[in-house]
Amino acid sequence: MEVRGLVKHFPVSKGFLGNLFSKSKSVVHAVDNVSFTLQEGEVLGLAGESGCGKTTTGRLALRLLDPTSGDVLYRNKSILHLPSEEMRRLRVKMQLIFQDPFASLSPRMTIGQSIAHPLQIQTRLVQSEIVDAVEEIMEKVGLSPASFYRRKYPHQISGGQRQRVGIARALITRPDFVVADEPIAMADVSVRAMILELMSRLKEEFGLTYLFITHDLATAKYICDRIAIMYLGQIMEMGPLDEVFQHPVHPYTQALLAAVPVPDPKARRMHPIPKGDIPDAINPPPGCRFHPRCPSCTIQCQEFGPQMEVAGPGHLVACWNRVGR
Amino acid sequence: MDTDVLKIDRLHVEFPIHIGTVRAVNDVSLTIERGKTMGLVGESGCGKSTLGFSILRLLRPPGRITSGKILFQNNDIVSMTETEVKSLRGNKISMIFQDPLTSLNPLFTIGQQFVETIRVHEPQVSKKEATARAGEMLRELGISPDRLKEYPHQMSGGMRQRIMIGIGLVLDPELLIADEPTTALDVIVEAHFLDLLKELSEKLQLSIMLITHNLGVVAQMADVVTVMYGGRIMETGKAEAIFAEPKHPYTRGLLDSVPNIKITQPHLIPMEGMPPDLVDPPTGCVFHPRCPKVMDICRQQVPGGENFDNGHITACWLWRK
Repeated sequence: MEVRGLVKHFPVSKGFLGNLFSKSKSVVHAVDNVSFTLQEGEVLGLAGESGCGKTTTGRLALRLLDPTSGDVLYRNKSILHLPSEEMRRLRVKMQLIFQDPFASLSPRMTIGQSIAHPLQIQTRLVQSEIVDAVEEIMEKVGLSPASFYRRKYPHQISGGQRQRVGIARALITRPDFVVADEPIAMADVSVRAMILELMSRLKEEFGLTYLFITHDLATAKYICDRIAIMYLGQIMEMGPLDEVFQHPVHPYTQALLAAVPVPDPKARRMHPIPKGDIPDAINPPPGCRFHPRCPSCTIQCQEFGPQMEVAGPGHLVACWNRVGR
Repeated sequence: MDTDVLKIDRLHVEFPIHIGTVRAVNDVSLTIERGKTMGLVGESGCGKSTLGFSILRLLRPPGRITSGKILFQNNDIVSMTETEVKSLRGNKISMIFQDPLTSLNPLFTIGQQFVETIRVHEPQVSKKEATARAGEMLRELGISPDRLKEYPHQMSGGMRQRIMIGIGLVLDPELLIADEPTTALDVIVEAHFLDLLKELSEKLQLSIMLITHNLGVVAQMADVVTVMYGGRIMETGKAEAIFAEPKHPYTRGLLDSVPNIKITQPHLIPMEGMPPDLVDPPTGCVFHPRCPKVMDICRQQVPGGENFDNGHITACWLWRK
């Protein structure tokens, strides 16, 4: 999987009068020039604060949205211009796990029906084969006994089980690339650990490649091999997880890591972190997007956006002032 | 002078519903000292928010306090008249909620909401004085007083949450109940908010009941930690002791299932099973169906409190000598 120079701008509606009287069109710069590659069997984390464009990037990677420019390659082949019939066949291999397992399951379908749905659309299997496949995947994700849970409706099962249904539904077509969009953000503490463990186990079993979208760096630590830190539509820093966490180079990464509350009263944070809010994505700041909040901002940062540069093996960073430069 | 601001004594809260009675808070006793922060932790549905709402008598019907005492500065809130409770709310005891957008009124400016809060409790204060006080408060929170003229939708999430705490503190209360105050915030904004809360609590000698499911936030903020499960208190004690040497298997389980960015744990250890049905809770210890160290007695009898050093108490049969 590879994405190259992805850009996605969403037009902003100004209403009828706004359109009549204003000449310029404003757009939300949701994703601006994002590139990364994913090796087979790898987990890449995409982390950042709300509104940084991580979810949009995930959807672009699955071609659930068409980018304004840039390209998405699956096994070295661009998927952006595939005819719809071919794209539909490819979707079997690329799936999405949603954040909110309650909103993403139809309350009128039993969970067996929900899980079977992708197979009914994508394949020509007969009903009995579908039932077998559904029960098999349900056992794999821990919805056991499957013959019992298959007939339940989403409101009859717990939140943790609903998220398992979401995972089963994504995996039933045997994908090799899965985008997991904050799969545990809604879950309780003890459920989170269970879902994370389940996802790691399934990854080994099915040979999956994950794009794991999260705002929680502590969670990313458990499942990701590499991590990309996003801010206002751009990747600030990317590299092997241990390397980025132990030697963060970008001031934004450093701030994010410092801000994570550590569950240990002996490790209380003493240092202040950069102030300010995320700027407006309609008019992002010129130069480096992080410069208005950056503690080590220079004139150069205010005028020119830094390019991604190598900071170590597989470690890329977009910052003018990185140490050792 | 008494150092305990709040003392809850054997409180029971019930919600009668069509299939039975939900025992949301079951025999809970706790104490918050002046100027201290208590972290109240537990999973969804463990009764922590219900306990918070009970203190201000803000339970939604059919919820009601069936027995027990809530002593605030030695006066029992449970037996107060509605008028007496009203004079405490916002004035002596404040509450801030999880979602700052829904708890601010979108039709009024920030300034109007501050002024209303002040003048409800202190009608003798003029609008001008109240606005001046609101401006001072905003400055304290790191927001320009000019923004009093703005509406909630013109502010960012972090700013709205700071406004909430400002409105909560403008009357100089003794106790702040903060119910998941940072759950809707991003980490950097959350860190700022927590710093601000800590600074204000030290300056104003404020006592805080911090209700949250985030063990990281509790570890950063709390002096004392109380762990709830199934409407009951499982364990309480100094934060250092709870995190370093948890005595209750439930606390141990919670800590093992939380990712910690600073240390390398090869695996998280998920807790098996599900929280109990509070209409028909398990007999004996409520945690026994999920407990890895369950014994016969746990299934039959509710454990009493076992005392350790420095006020560390746990409700678990493992420690009965």
